[in-house]
Amino acid sequence: MNSESLVTRRQVNLVRLVWMAIALILALMTIFPLFWMVSIAFKTPTEVFQPALLPKAPNWDNFLYVLTEVPFIRYLGNTTFVAGVVTVVALFFHTMAGYALARLRFPGRETLFILMFSTFLVSLPVIIVPLFIMVRTMGMLNTYAGLIIPSIFNAFGIFLLRQYYLSLPREIEEAAVIDGAGYWRIYWSVILPLSRPIIASLAILFFLANWNSFLWPLTVTGDDRLWMVQVGISNFRSQYSASWTYIMAASTIVAAPMLILFVIFQRQIMESIKTSGLK
Amino acid sequence: MSARHREMIAGYLFILPDFLGLLIFVGLPMLLALFIGFFDVNGFGAFEFVGLDNYRRMMVDPLFWQCLRVTGLYTVLLVPGLYFCGLGLALLVRRTNRFNTVMRSMFFAPQMVSLVVIAVIWQLMSSDKVGIVARLFTAIGLPGVSILGDPSIALYTVVFITVWFLMGFYMLIFLGGLQDIPNEYYEAARIDGATAIQSFWHITLPMLRPTSFFVLLVSLVAAVAGQQAFDLIYVMTKGGPANSTQVIIVYIYQQAFQYSSFGYAAAIASILVVILLAATSILFVLTRGGRFHHE
Repeated sequence: MNSESLVTRRQVNLVRLVWMAIALILALMTIFPLFWMVSIAFKTPTEVFQPALLPKAPNWDNFLYVLTEVPFIRYLGNTTFVAGVVTVVALFFHTMAGYALARLRFPGRETLFILMFSTFLVSLPVIIVPLFIMVRTMGMLNTYAGLIIPSIFNAFGIFLLRQYYLSLPREIEEAAVIDGAGYWRIYWSVILPLSRPIIASLAILFFLANWNSFLWPLTVTGDDRLWMVQVGISNFRSQYSASWTYIMAASTIVAAPMLILFVIFQRQIMESIKTSGLK
Repeated sequence: MSARHREMIAGYLFILPDFLGLLIFVGLPMLLALFIGFFDVNGFGAFEFVGLDNYRRMMVDPLFWQCLRVTGLYTVLLVPGLYFCGLGLALLVRRTNRFNTVMRSMFFAPQMVSLVVIAVIWQLMSSDKVGIVARLFTAIGLPGVSILGDPSIALYTVVFITVWFLMGFYMLIFLGGLQDIPNEYYEAARIDGATAIQSFWHITLPMLRPTSFFVLLVSLVAAVAGQQAFDLIYVMTKGGPANSTQVIIVYIYQQAFQYSSFGYAAAIASILVVILLAATSILFVLTRGGRFHHE
Protein backbone atom coordinates (compact mmCIF):
# COMPACT_ATOMS: atom_id res chain seq x y z
CA MET A 1 0.00 0.00 0.00
CA ASN A 2 1.52 3.35 -0.95
CA SER A 3 1.49 6.38 1.30
CA GLU A 4 -0.97 8.31 -0.84
CA SER A 5 -3.86 5.91 -0.32
CA LEU A 6 -2.99 5.75 3.37
CA VAL A 7 -3.58 9.48 3.65
CA THR A 8 -6.90 9.30 1.84
CA ARG A 9 -8.02 6.42 4.01
CA ARG A 10 -7.11 8.41 7.10
CA GLN A 11 -9.06 11.37 5.66
CA VAL A 12 -12.06 9.16 4.98
CA ASN A 13 -11.96 7.90 8.54
CA LEU A 14 -11.72 11.44 9.86
CA VAL A 15 -14.70 12.54 7.78
CA ARG A 16 -16.68 9.58 9.02
CA LEU A 17 -15.77 10.41 12.60
CA VAL A 18 -16.96 13.99 12.17
CA TRP A 19 -20.26 12.77 10.74
CA MET A 20 -20.68 10.38 13.64
CA ALA A 21 -20.01 13.18 16.11
CA ILE A 22 -22.60 15.40 14.41
CA ALA A 23 -25.15 12.57 14.47
CA LEU A 24 -24.47 11.89 18.13
CA ILE A 25 -24.81 15.54 19.18
CA LEU A 26 -28.06 15.96 17.21
CA ALA A 27 -29.44 12.71 18.58
CA LEU A 28 -28.68 13.68 22.16
CA MET A 29 -30.34 17.06 21.60
CA THR A 30 -33.34 15.25 20.13
CA ILE A 31 -33.98 13.08 23.14
CA PHE A 32 -33.04 15.74 25.69
CA PRO A 33 -36.64 16.95 26.27
CA LEU A 34 -37.74 13.37 27.03
CA PHE A 35 -34.85 12.92 29.43
CA TRP A 36 -35.75 16.25 31.05
CA MET A 37 -39.35 15.09 31.61
CA VAL A 38 -38.21 11.97 33.45
CA SER A 39 -35.60 13.87 35.43
CA ILE A 40 -38.08 16.51 36.65
CA ALA A 41 -40.56 13.76 37.57
CA PHE A 42 -38.06 12.52 40.16
CA LYS A 43 -37.14 15.98 41.45
CA THR A 44 -38.58 18.06 44.30
CA PRO A 45 -40.47 21.29 43.45
CA THR A 46 -37.56 23.52 44.51
CA GLU A 47 -35.26 21.81 41.98
CA VAL A 48 -37.52 22.29 38.95
CA PHE A 49 -35.80 25.36 37.58
CA GLN A 50 -32.29 24.46 38.61
CA PRO A 51 -30.14 23.50 35.67
CA ALA A 52 -28.87 20.28 37.33
CA LEU A 53 -29.43 17.43 34.90
CA LEU A 54 -30.20 14.80 37.53
CA PRO A 55 -32.32 15.07 40.70
CA LYS A 56 -30.36 15.36 43.96
CA ALA A 57 -32.36 12.71 45.73
CA PRO A 58 -34.58 10.90 43.24
CA ASN A 59 -37.88 9.85 44.77
CA TRP A 60 -41.24 8.42 43.72
CA ASP A 61 -43.39 10.89 45.66
CA ASN A 62 -44.62 12.70 42.56
CA PHE A 63 -45.75 9.44 40.98
CA LEU A 64 -47.53 8.33 44.15
CA TYR A 65 -49.32 11.67 44.37
CA VAL A 66 -50.47 11.56 40.76
CA LEU A 67 -51.67 7.96 40.95
CA THR A 68 -53.52 8.37 44.25
CA GLU A 69 -54.91 11.93 44.09
CA VAL A 70 -55.96 12.03 40.43
CA PRO A 71 -57.88 9.22 38.70
CA PHE A 72 -54.98 8.46 36.39
CA ILE A 73 -55.37 4.70 36.87
CA ARG A 74 -58.89 5.06 35.51
CA TYR A 75 -57.67 7.09 32.50
CA LEU A 76 -55.00 4.48 31.85
CA GLY A 77 -57.62 1.72 32.00
CA ASN A 78 -59.95 3.57 29.60
CA THR A 79 -57.10 4.17 27.20
CA THR A 80 -55.89 0.57 27.25
CA PHE A 81 -59.44 -0.65 26.63
CA VAL A 82 -60.25 1.77 23.81
CA ALA A 83 -56.86 1.46 22.08
CA GLY A 84 -56.96 -2.34 22.46
CA VAL A 85 -60.45 -2.75 20.99
CA VAL A 86 -59.75 -0.33 18.12
CA THR A 87 -56.53 -2.19 17.29
CA VAL A 88 -58.08 -5.67 17.26
CA VAL A 89 -61.21 -4.72 15.31
CA ALA A 90 -59.27 -2.56 12.86
CA LEU A 91 -56.78 -5.34 12.13
CA PHE A 92 -59.63 -7.81 11.62
CA PHE A 93 -61.47 -5.54 9.14
CA HIS A 94 -58.32 -4.31 7.38
CA THR A 95 -56.85 -7.78 6.82
CA MET A 96 -60.17 -8.86 5.28
CA ALA A 97 -60.33 -5.81 3.04
CA GLY A 98 -56.62 -5.94 2.20
CA TYR A 99 -56.87 -9.61 1.23
CA ALA A 100 -59.90 -9.08 -0.99
CA LEU A 101 -58.41 -6.00 -2.67
CA ALA A 102 -55.13 -7.79 -3.37
CA ARG A 103 -56.29 -11.29 -4.21
CA LEU A 104 -59.95 -11.75 -5.06
CA ARG A 105 -61.18 -10.78 -8.50
CA PHE A 106 -64.43 -8.85 -8.69
CA PRO A 107 -65.77 -6.03 -10.84
CA GLY A 108 -64.89 -2.52 -9.62
CA ARG A 109 -62.08 -3.70 -7.39
CA GLU A 110 -59.58 -1.03 -8.46
CA THR A 111 -62.18 1.74 -8.28
CA LEU A 112 -63.22 0.63 -4.80
CA PHE A 113 -59.58 0.56 -3.73
CA ILE A 114 -58.92 4.08 -5.03
CA LEU A 115 -62.12 5.32 -3.36
CA MET A 116 -61.19 3.79 -0.03
CA PHE A 117 -57.56 4.84 -0.27
CA SER A 118 -58.38 8.44 -1.15
CA THR A 119 -59.97 8.86 2.30
CA PHE A 120 -56.43 8.91 3.65
CA LEU A 121 -56.26 12.54 2.52
CA VAL A 122 -59.17 13.37 4.83
CA SER A 123 -57.82 14.15 8.25
CA LEU A 124 -59.83 14.41 11.43
CA PRO A 125 -59.61 18.20 11.86
CA VAL A 126 -61.42 18.70 8.54
CA ILE A 127 -64.41 16.54 9.48
CA ILE A 128 -64.49 17.07 13.23
CA VAL A 129 -67.67 19.21 13.25
CA PRO A 130 -69.89 16.96 11.09
CA LEU A 131 -68.47 13.83 12.73
CA PHE A 132 -69.32 15.23 16.15
CA ILE A 133 -72.87 16.10 15.04
CA MET A 134 -73.32 12.60 13.56
CA VAL A 135 -72.00 10.84 16.64
CA ARG A 136 -74.22 13.01 18.84
CA THR A 137 -77.25 12.17 16.68
CA MET A 138 -76.42 8.47 17.02
CA GLY A 139 -76.43 8.94 20.81
CA MET A 140 -72.78 7.97 21.15
CA LEU A 141 -71.51 11.08 22.97
CA ASN A 142 -69.84 10.12 26.23
CA THR A 143 -69.81 6.40 25.40
CA TYR A 144 -67.04 3.95 24.71
CA ALA A 145 -68.70 3.27 21.34
CA GLY A 146 -68.27 6.94 20.45
CA LEU A 147 -64.59 6.76 21.32
CA ILE A 148 -63.99 3.46 19.54
CA ILE A 149 -66.07 3.14 16.37
CA PRO A 150 -64.98 6.27 14.44
CA SER A 151 -61.33 5.48 15.25
CA ILE A 152 -61.38 2.06 13.58
CA PHE A 153 -61.51 3.01 9.92
CA ASN A 154 -58.17 3.95 8.49
CA ALA A 155 -57.23 3.81 4.83
CA PHE A 156 -53.53 3.58 5.52
CA GLY A 157 -53.78 0.24 7.30
CA ILE A 158 -55.82 -1.18 4.42
CA PHE A 159 -53.24 0.11 1.95
CA LEU A 160 -50.27 -1.43 3.79
CA LEU A 161 -52.00 -4.81 4.16
CA ARG A 162 -52.98 -4.84 0.49
CA GLN A 163 -49.35 -4.16 -0.45
CA TYR A 164 -48.26 -7.00 1.80
CA TYR A 165 -50.75 -9.46 0.29
CA LEU A 166 -49.73 -8.47 -3.24
CA SER A 167 -46.20 -9.55 -2.35
CA LEU A 168 -47.21 -13.02 -1.10
CA PRO A 169 -46.71 -15.90 -3.57
CA ARG A 170 -50.01 -17.10 -5.04
CA GLU A 171 -49.13 -20.80 -4.83
CA ILE A 172 -49.91 -20.89 -1.14
CA GLU A 173 -53.62 -20.18 -1.51
CA GLU A 174 -53.89 -22.09 -4.77
CA ALA A 175 -53.10 -25.27 -2.85
CA ALA A 176 -55.97 -24.42 -0.51
CA VAL A 177 -58.32 -23.70 -3.41
CA ILE A 178 -57.55 -27.13 -4.90
CA ASP A 179 -58.37 -28.63 -1.51
CA GLY A 180 -61.82 -27.06 -1.97
CA ALA A 181 -61.50 -24.57 0.89
CA GLY A 182 -63.91 -21.61 0.84
CA TYR A 183 -62.63 -18.05 0.83
CA TRP A 184 -63.34 -17.56 4.53
CA ARG A 185 -61.32 -20.73 5.34
CA ILE A 186 -58.43 -19.50 3.15
CA TYR A 187 -58.50 -16.10 4.84
CA TRP A 188 -58.74 -17.51 8.33
CA SER A 189 -56.34 -20.45 8.21
CA VAL A 190 -53.91 -19.51 5.40
CA ILE A 191 -53.78 -15.72 5.01
CA LEU A 192 -54.05 -14.64 8.65
CA PRO A 193 -51.24 -16.91 9.92
CA LEU A 194 -49.05 -15.71 7.06
CA SER A 195 -49.70 -12.09 8.03
CA ARG A 196 -48.34 -12.44 11.56
CA PRO A 197 -45.29 -10.16 11.08
CA ILE A 198 -47.20 -7.29 9.48
CA ILE A 199 -50.10 -7.68 11.92
CA ALA A 200 -47.62 -7.38 14.80
CA SER A 201 -46.11 -4.13 13.50
CA LEU A 202 -49.49 -2.64 12.57
CA ALA A 203 -50.87 -3.61 15.99
CA ILE A 204 -48.10 -1.59 17.65
CA LEU A 205 -48.66 1.39 15.35
CA PHE A 206 -52.47 1.37 15.81
CA PHE A 207 -52.21 0.99 19.56
CA LEU A 208 -49.67 3.80 19.71
CA ALA A 209 -51.82 6.13 17.59
CA ASN A 210 -54.87 5.55 19.77
CA TRP A 211 -52.94 5.78 23.02
CA ASN A 212 -51.63 9.18 21.92
CA SER A 213 -54.81 10.53 20.29
CA PHE A 214 -56.21 13.71 21.76
CA LEU A 215 -58.55 15.69 19.52
CA TRP A 216 -61.28 13.05 19.16
CA PRO A 217 -61.37 11.90 22.81
CA LEU A 218 -61.39 15.57 23.86
CA THR A 219 -64.33 16.27 21.56
CA VAL A 220 -66.48 13.24 22.28
CA THR A 221 -66.10 12.84 26.06
CA GLY A 222 -67.17 15.56 28.49
CA ASP A 223 -67.65 13.00 31.27
CA ASP A 224 -64.32 12.54 33.07
CA ARG A 225 -65.10 8.89 33.87
CA LEU A 226 -64.53 8.18 30.16
CA TRP A 227 -61.45 10.32 29.73
CA MET A 228 -58.42 8.90 28.00
CA VAL A 229 -54.93 9.68 29.27
CA GLN A 230 -54.11 12.56 26.92
CA VAL A 231 -57.28 14.43 27.89
CA GLY A 232 -56.40 13.68 31.51
CA ILE A 233 -52.91 15.17 31.10
CA SER A 234 -54.20 18.25 29.34
CA ASN A 235 -56.76 18.85 32.06
CA PHE A 236 -54.27 18.12 34.84
CA ARG A 237 -51.91 20.64 33.27
CA SER A 238 -54.52 23.41 33.41
CA GLN A 239 -55.55 22.56 36.98
CA TYR A 240 -52.09 22.20 38.50
CA SER A 241 -50.50 24.95 36.44
CA ALA A 242 -47.35 25.41 38.53
CA SER A 243 -46.84 21.92 39.98
CA TRP A 244 -44.33 20.88 37.36
CA THR A 245 -43.03 17.86 39.26
CA TYR A 246 -46.55 16.37 39.36
CA ILE A 247 -47.21 17.26 35.73
CA MET A 248 -43.94 15.65 34.62
CA ALA A 249 -44.65 12.56 36.74
CA ALA A 250 -48.07 12.23 35.08
CA SER A 251 -46.49 12.76 31.66
CA THR A 252 -43.86 10.13 32.39
CA ILE A 253 -46.55 7.63 33.42
CA VAL A 254 -48.38 8.24 30.14
CA ALA A 255 -45.29 8.20 27.94
CA ALA A 256 -43.42 5.34 29.62
CA PRO A 257 -45.50 2.40 28.25
CA MET A 258 -44.97 3.59 24.67
CA LEU A 259 -41.27 4.27 25.20
CA ILE A 260 -40.83 0.79 26.68
CA LEU A 261 -42.75 -0.68 23.74
CA PHE A 262 -40.38 1.22 21.47
CA VAL A 263 -37.24 -0.07 23.18
CA ILE A 264 -38.50 -3.65 22.78
CA PHE A 265 -39.91 -3.43 19.26
CA GLN A 266 -37.86 -0.61 17.74
CA ARG A 267 -36.67 -2.70 14.81
CA GLN A 268 -40.19 -3.82 13.81
CA ILE A 269 -41.70 -0.35 14.35
CA MET A 270 -39.04 1.43 12.32
CA GLU A 271 -38.98 -1.19 9.56
CA SER A 272 -42.74 -0.99 9.04
CA ILE A 273 -42.62 2.80 8.77
CA LYS A 274 -39.63 2.63 6.44
CA THR A 275 -41.57 0.48 3.97
CA SER A 276 -44.75 2.54 4.20
CA GLY A 277 -43.63 5.28 1.79
CA LEU A 278 -45.30 5.03 -1.61
CA LYS A 279 -43.14 3.32 -4.16
CA MET B 1 -73.28 -20.78 -8.54
CA SER B 2 -70.12 -20.50 -10.62
CA ALA B 3 -66.64 -20.15 -9.12
CA ARG B 4 -66.34 -16.61 -10.47
CA HIS B 5 -69.61 -15.68 -8.86
CA ARG B 6 -68.50 -17.10 -5.54
CA GLU B 7 -65.22 -15.19 -5.71
CA MET B 8 -67.08 -11.98 -6.53
CA ILE B 9 -69.49 -12.29 -3.62
CA ALA B 10 -66.65 -13.19 -1.25
CA GLY B 11 -64.72 -10.12 -2.43
CA TYR B 12 -67.60 -7.73 -1.77
CA LEU B 13 -68.34 -9.27 1.62
CA PHE B 14 -64.69 -9.04 2.69
CA ILE B 15 -64.42 -5.34 1.96
CA LEU B 16 -67.93 -4.52 3.23
CA PRO B 17 -67.09 -3.67 6.90
CA ASP B 18 -64.26 -1.30 6.01
CA PHE B 19 -66.12 0.16 3.05
CA LEU B 20 -69.21 0.96 5.12
CA GLY B 21 -67.07 2.28 7.99
CA LEU B 22 -65.09 4.61 5.75
CA LEU B 23 -68.29 5.68 4.00
CA ILE B 24 -70.14 6.52 7.22
CA PHE B 25 -67.31 7.90 9.36
CA VAL B 26 -65.11 9.58 6.74
CA GLY B 27 -67.00 9.97 3.44
CA LEU B 28 -70.31 11.19 4.88
CA PRO B 29 -68.76 13.74 7.28
CA MET B 30 -66.61 14.94 4.40
CA LEU B 31 -69.74 15.58 2.32
CA LEU B 32 -71.58 17.11 5.27
CA ALA B 33 -68.58 19.37 5.95
CA LEU B 34 -69.38 21.13 2.68
CA PHE B 35 -73.09 21.60 3.49
CA ILE B 36 -73.41 22.33 7.20
CA GLY B 37 -71.85 25.74 6.55
CA PHE B 38 -75.14 26.85 4.96
CA PHE B 39 -77.06 26.12 8.15
CA ASP B 40 -77.30 27.46 11.63
CA VAL B 41 -76.99 24.56 14.05
CA ASN B 42 -77.88 25.07 17.69
CA GLY B 43 -76.61 23.14 20.69
CA PHE B 44 -79.50 20.67 20.45
CA GLY B 45 -78.89 19.76 16.85
CA ALA B 46 -81.73 21.70 15.18
CA PHE B 47 -80.78 22.90 11.69
CA GLU B 48 -81.95 26.13 10.15
CA PHE B 49 -81.02 27.13 6.60
CA VAL B 50 -79.28 30.50 6.57
CA GLY B 51 -77.83 30.57 3.07
CA LEU B 52 -74.54 32.40 2.86
CA ASP B 53 -74.75 34.06 6.29
CA ASN B 54 -71.86 32.07 7.76
CA TYR B 55 -69.69 32.85 4.75
CA ARG B 56 -70.57 36.55 4.91
CA ARG B 57 -69.63 36.57 8.59
CA MET B 58 -66.33 34.93 7.70
CA MET B 59 -65.45 37.60 5.15
CA VAL B 60 -65.65 40.34 7.80
CA ASP B 61 -64.16 38.32 10.66
CA PRO B 62 -60.59 39.58 11.19
CA LEU B 63 -59.77 36.48 13.25
CA PHE B 64 -60.62 34.22 10.30
CA TRP B 65 -58.16 36.11 8.10
CA GLN B 66 -55.59 35.96 10.88
CA CYS B 67 -56.08 32.15 10.97
CA LEU B 68 -55.47 31.92 7.24
CA ARG B 69 -52.27 33.94 7.55
CA VAL B 70 -51.01 31.89 10.50
CA THR B 71 -51.86 28.55 8.85
CA GLY B 72 -50.21 29.69 5.64
CA LEU B 73 -47.00 30.71 7.40
CA TYR B 74 -47.03 27.51 9.48
CA THR B 75 -47.36 25.41 6.30
CA VAL B 76 -44.76 27.33 4.32
CA LEU B 77 -42.24 26.89 7.14
CA LEU B 78 -43.13 23.35 8.18
CA VAL B 79 -43.21 21.48 4.86
CA PRO B 80 -39.69 22.46 3.68
CA GLY B 81 -38.41 22.20 7.26
CA LEU B 82 -39.57 18.61 7.50
CA TYR B 83 -38.31 17.79 4.03
CA PHE B 84 -34.79 19.05 4.65
CA CYS B 85 -34.48 17.78 8.22
CA GLY B 86 -35.88 14.35 7.30
CA LEU B 87 -33.62 14.01 4.27
CA GLY B 88 -30.62 15.44 6.13
CA LEU B 89 -30.97 13.00 9.01
CA ALA B 90 -31.50 10.09 6.61
CA LEU B 91 -28.27 10.93 4.77
CA LEU B 92 -26.46 11.37 8.08
CA VAL B 93 -27.35 7.87 9.32
CA ARG B 94 -27.73 6.21 5.92
CA ARG B 95 -25.01 3.56 6.35
CA THR B 96 -26.44 0.62 8.27
CA ASN B 97 -24.28 -0.17 11.28
CA ARG B 98 -24.83 -0.53 14.98
CA PHE B 99 -24.00 3.11 15.78
CA ASN B 100 -26.42 4.46 13.17
CA THR B 101 -29.17 2.09 14.29
CA VAL B 102 -28.98 3.61 17.77
CA MET B 103 -28.92 7.12 16.30
CA ARG B 104 -32.02 6.38 14.20
CA SER B 105 -33.87 5.16 17.28
CA MET B 106 -32.94 8.32 19.15
CA PHE B 107 -34.14 10.57 16.30
CA PHE B 108 -37.39 8.63 16.12
CA ALA B 109 -38.03 8.43 19.87
CA PRO B 110 -40.12 11.65 20.23
CA GLN B 111 -42.69 10.07 17.87
CA MET B 112 -43.60 7.57 20.57
CA VAL B 113 -44.68 10.33 22.96
CA SER B 114 -48.04 12.04 22.54
CA LEU B 115 -48.14 15.64 21.37
CA VAL B 116 -49.96 16.58 24.56
CA VAL B 117 -47.01 15.40 26.62
CA ILE B 118 -44.59 17.00 24.14
CA ALA B 119 -46.48 20.29 24.51
CA VAL B 120 -46.35 20.11 28.30
CA ILE B 121 -42.60 19.35 28.31
CA TRP B 122 -41.84 22.28 25.98
CA GLN B 123 -44.00 24.56 28.08
CA LEU B 124 -41.91 23.71 31.11
CA MET B 125 -38.65 24.11 29.19
CA SER B 126 -39.67 27.48 27.80
CA SER B 127 -40.86 29.01 31.07
CA ASP B 128 -39.90 32.69 31.13
CA LYS B 129 -36.54 33.57 32.71
CA VAL B 130 -36.04 30.35 34.69
CA GLY B 131 -36.79 27.71 32.04
CA ILE B 132 -33.92 25.81 30.49
CA VAL B 133 -34.43 27.47 27.10
CA ALA B 134 -34.42 30.95 28.67
CA ARG B 135 -31.17 30.10 30.48
CA LEU B 136 -29.69 28.94 27.19
CA PHE B 137 -30.68 32.20 25.49
CA THR B 138 -29.22 34.19 28.39
CA ALA B 139 -25.99 32.21 28.09
CA ILE B 140 -25.62 33.13 24.41
CA GLY B 141 -26.32 36.76 25.13
CA LEU B 142 -30.03 37.01 24.36
CA PRO B 143 -31.65 37.51 27.76
CA GLY B 144 -35.38 38.00 28.12
CA VAL B 145 -36.42 36.11 25.02
CA SER B 146 -39.78 34.41 25.60
CA ILE B 147 -40.17 31.76 22.91
CA LEU B 148 -43.85 31.06 23.61
CA GLY B 149 -44.86 34.39 25.14
CA ASP B 150 -43.65 36.72 22.40
CA PRO B 151 -46.19 37.06 19.55
CA SER B 152 -43.45 37.55 16.99
CA ILE B 153 -41.69 34.29 17.99
CA ALA B 154 -44.38 31.88 19.24
CA LEU B 155 -45.36 30.48 15.83
CA TYR B 156 -41.73 29.78 14.94
CA THR B 157 -41.42 27.90 18.21
CA VAL B 158 -44.45 25.79 17.33
CA VAL B 159 -42.95 25.02 13.90
CA PHE B 160 -39.63 24.14 15.51
CA ILE B 161 -41.28 21.74 17.97
CA THR B 162 -43.32 20.14 15.16
CA VAL B 163 -40.18 19.60 13.07
CA TRP B 164 -38.32 18.19 16.06
CA PHE B 165 -41.24 15.85 16.75
CA LEU B 166 -41.81 14.62 13.17
CA MET B 167 -38.32 14.62 11.62
CA GLY B 168 -37.56 11.08 12.82
CA PHE B 169 -40.64 9.77 11.00
CA TYR B 170 -39.66 11.42 7.71
CA MET B 171 -36.06 10.28 8.23
CA LEU B 172 -37.36 6.69 8.17
CA ILE B 173 -39.45 7.31 5.04
CA PHE B 174 -36.36 8.73 3.30
CA LEU B 175 -34.23 5.82 4.53
CA GLY B 176 -36.79 3.48 2.95
CA GLY B 177 -36.39 5.37 -0.34
CA LEU B 178 -32.58 5.46 -0.14
CA GLN B 179 -32.51 1.73 0.52
CA ASP B 180 -34.12 1.09 -2.87
CA ILE B 181 -31.42 2.89 -4.86
CA PRO B 182 -29.16 0.19 -6.33
CA ASN B 183 -25.57 0.48 -5.13
CA GLU B 184 -24.27 -0.13 -8.67
CA TYR B 185 -25.38 3.38 -9.67
CA TYR B 186 -23.05 4.91 -7.11
CA GLU B 187 -20.20 2.58 -8.05
CA ALA B 188 -20.57 3.44 -11.72
CA ALA B 189 -20.57 7.15 -10.84
CA ARG B 190 -17.46 6.74 -8.73
CA ILE B 191 -15.63 4.97 -11.54
CA ASP B 192 -16.58 7.88 -13.80
CA GLY B 193 -14.99 10.19 -11.25
CA ALA B 194 -18.15 11.78 -9.85
CA THR B 195 -17.88 13.63 -6.56
CA ALA B 196 -20.18 12.92 -3.64
CA ILE B 197 -22.16 16.08 -4.39
CA GLN B 198 -22.54 15.13 -8.06
CA SER B 199 -23.84 11.67 -7.27
CA PHE B 200 -26.28 13.22 -4.78
CA TRP B 201 -27.66 15.56 -7.49
CA HIS B 202 -27.68 13.06 -10.33
CA ILE B 203 -28.52 9.79 -8.58
CA THR B 204 -29.93 10.25 -5.07
CA LEU B 205 -32.35 13.13 -5.67
CA PRO B 206 -33.88 11.82 -8.94
CA MET B 207 -34.23 8.30 -7.52
CA LEU B 208 -35.95 9.71 -4.43
CA ARG B 209 -38.68 11.40 -6.48
CA PRO B 210 -41.53 9.06 -5.40
CA THR B 211 -40.42 9.28 -1.77
CA SER B 212 -40.19 13.06 -1.99
CA PHE B 213 -43.69 13.21 -3.41
CA PHE B 214 -45.02 11.09 -0.56
CA VAL B 215 -43.22 13.21 2.07
CA LEU B 216 -44.46 16.48 0.58
CA LEU B 217 -48.03 15.19 0.24
CA VAL B 218 -48.28 13.82 3.78
CA SER B 219 -46.58 16.80 5.42
CA LEU B 220 -48.63 19.28 3.39
CA VAL B 221 -51.93 17.68 4.41
CA ALA B 222 -50.78 17.45 8.04
CA ALA B 223 -49.64 21.08 8.09
CA VAL B 224 -52.75 22.61 6.49
CA ALA B 225 -55.17 20.50 8.52
CA GLY B 226 -53.13 21.09 11.66
CA GLN B 227 -52.85 17.44 12.69
CA GLN B 228 -49.93 18.19 15.01
CA ALA B 229 -50.61 21.89 15.43
CA PHE B 230 -53.94 21.35 17.18
CA ASP B 231 -52.60 19.31 20.11
CA LEU B 232 -49.53 21.51 20.56
CA ILE B 233 -51.35 24.81 20.32
CA TYR B 234 -54.40 23.73 22.34
CA VAL B 235 -52.15 22.80 25.25
CA MET B 236 -49.40 25.42 24.93
CA THR B 237 -50.91 28.72 23.77
CA LYS B 238 -54.62 28.27 22.97
CA GLY B 239 -53.93 30.34 19.85
CA GLY B 240 -52.19 33.17 21.69
CA PRO B 241 -50.29 35.31 22.42
CA ALA B 242 -52.22 37.99 20.50
CA ASN B 243 -53.62 35.27 18.16
CA SER B 244 -50.16 34.70 16.75
CA THR B 245 -50.57 30.91 16.78
CA GLN B 246 -54.27 30.84 15.87
CA VAL B 247 -54.28 28.13 13.17
CA ILE B 248 -57.54 27.29 11.39
CA ILE B 249 -58.19 24.04 13.25
CA VAL B 250 -57.90 25.70 16.67
CA TYR B 251 -60.38 28.37 15.56
CA ILE B 252 -62.78 25.73 14.21
CA TYR B 253 -62.59 23.88 17.51
CA GLN B 254 -63.21 27.04 19.55
CA GLN B 255 -66.17 28.10 17.41
CA ALA B 256 -67.77 24.66 17.51
CA PHE B 257 -67.11 23.41 20.99
CA GLN B 258 -66.68 26.55 23.07
CA TYR B 259 -69.24 28.86 21.41
CA SER B 260 -71.49 26.11 19.92
CA SER B 261 -71.38 27.90 16.54
CA PHE B 262 -71.42 24.63 14.62
CA GLY B 263 -72.63 26.23 11.40
CA TYR B 264 -69.90 28.85 11.43
CA ALA B 265 -67.26 26.27 12.37
CA ALA B 266 -68.41 24.03 9.50
CA ALA B 267 -68.28 26.94 7.08
CA ILE B 268 -64.65 27.56 8.08
CA ALA B 269 -63.95 23.82 7.76
CA SER B 270 -65.35 23.85 4.21
CA ILE B 271 -62.84 26.58 3.33
CA LEU B 272 -60.17 24.32 4.83
CA VAL B 273 -61.35 21.53 2.50
CA VAL B 274 -61.05 23.85 -0.50
CA ILE B 275 -57.55 24.92 0.57
CA LEU B 276 -56.50 21.29 1.08
CA LEU B 277 -57.85 20.27 -2.33
CA ALA B 278 -56.12 23.22 -3.98
CA ALA B 279 -52.82 22.57 -2.20
CA THR B 280 -52.77 18.84 -3.02
CA SER B 281 -53.80 19.49 -6.64
CA ILE B 282 -50.97 21.98 -7.04
CA LEU B 283 -48.60 19.40 -5.61
CA PHE B 284 -49.93 16.74 -8.01
CA VAL B 285 -49.53 19.06 -10.98
CA LEU B 286 -46.03 20.18 -9.98
CA THR B 287 -44.80 16.63 -9.45
CA ARG B 288 -46.87 15.14 -12.28
CA GLY B 289 -48.85 12.92 -9.99
CA GLY B 290 -48.38 10.27 -7.39
CA ARG B 291 -47.73 6.65 -8.09
CA PHE B 292 -50.67 5.03 -6.39
CA HIS B 293 -50.89 2.15 -8.88
CA HIS B 294 -48.74 -0.65 -7.71
CA GLU B 295 -49.25 -3.26 -10.35
